[in-house]
Amino acid sequence: MIDPREVAGTQPPLLYPPYKSTVLRAPSKPLIQLPHDFTNLAAPLFGDLPIGPGDNDLTRQHTGEPQGERIIVAGRVLDEDGRPVPNTLVELWQCNAAGRYRHVVDDHPAPLDPHFTGAGRTMTDAEGRYRFVTIKPGAYPWRNHPNAWRPAHIHFSLFGTSFLSRLVTQMYFPNDPLFPHDPIFNSIPDERARRRLISQFDLDLTEPLWALGYRFDIILRGRDSTPFEERA
Amino acid sequence: MSDTARRIATSSQTVGPFFHFGLAADPGLGRIAAPDAAGIHIQLRIRVLDGEGVPVPDALIEVYQADADGDFPQQAGAGKHGFSGFGRLATNADGMCTFATIKPGAVRSGAVEQAPHVNVCFLSRGLLRQIYTRIYFEGDAGLTTDPILGIVPPERRATLMARPSPAEAATWDFVIHLQGEDETVFFDL
Repeated sequence: MIDPREVAGTQPPLLYPPYKSTVLRAPSKPLIQLPHDFTNLAAPLFGDLPIGPGDNDLTRQHTGEPQGERIIVAGRVLDEDGRPVPNTLVELWQCNAAGRYRHVVDDHPAPLDPHFTGAGRTMTDAEGRYRFVTIKPGAYPWRNHPNAWRPAHIHFSLFGTSFLSRLVTQMYFPNDPLFPHDPIFNSIPDERARRRLISQFDLDLTEPLWALGYRFDIILRGRDSTPFEERA
Repeated sequence: MSDTARRIATSSQTVGPFFHFGLAADPGLGRIAAPDAAGIHIQLRIRVLDGEGVPVPDALIEVYQADADGDFPQQAGAGKHGFSGFGRLATNADGMCTFATIKPGAVRSGAVEQAPHVNVCFLSRGLLRQIYTRIYFEGDAGLTTDPILGIVPPERRATLMARPSPAEAATWDFVIHLQGEDETVFFDL
């Protein structure tokens, strides 16, 4: 079995003081390495989370179309060996085009959109592909530090095949001027790893006269879950 | 798939404070075992406190456990009758959430037996990545020989114990201390 621990610098630390909320929430004692023989990693994680027909189109969940720039977000979910992860749940959530979440604790004085909730889900196909239609989210302010703004982002949640492959992350958009100022984005030490969270504009995904396409491929941990000798 | 070049896992980012309408909209995920599932039915009540002892009102807690026989469901949604094995809830304003479940059985793998336990994946605003812990049941006969507790320093093992509520029947309380003297043991996978 290959050691599954992460490649140095590609994951954020638990304590990252520029992101203030980590200070009272990041565990301070060292984590204990759990031997994988005992973690039942092969078993699936989620129960029956039903997927509805419109769940991957966030522009058609209400009686009218939401305000903002319609976009397509699509990509593939692979494991660390480049193998597709089929039939796995992909969930996303985001703010609307004005930078406001449909959430009681979001007090940003930007308008809610009666035609936009901002949550979607889908399953990857046999080749690990997923596709959403949504609205490009806006940037929004937060109180982490003076004049703090989050770059536009979409939250992603994936399960993969086990507890080990669980991933919650954020997808960003190319050339956002807020990147140098965002402690959440910059909590990842490795610059190339940070860049992999930025989706790429893709003309092939773009639908003529309708919507721009952005590609976001996702790599889940899990290489270690199958010993080499068992592979064809 | 012929492309087997080694890839680097996508970086984690915080779940943030606004996940509820995306990940915690279904309160049914608080029910891991239906009323007619086999086993001893319990309420598993989890409370989360930060480094100042203040309740964490925006955590997302995912739990994964074996059934009363110690078996994990082998496919999503394919557990024994009335048992999903998986739950997901957000904490409330008091930093609490409660799962309706059954006490898991001891989990056997070969000659090794793990004491009954519930696996926890924990996410919240202020955590840039998920952390894992395990809930054991205080007083269980298998605790002394559990292989995972065996690698936890003895003085910290108590942080992994759920305790029966003194006031409510069939209710077990587990407190997650993110920091401090009683900081819960967290695991790296």
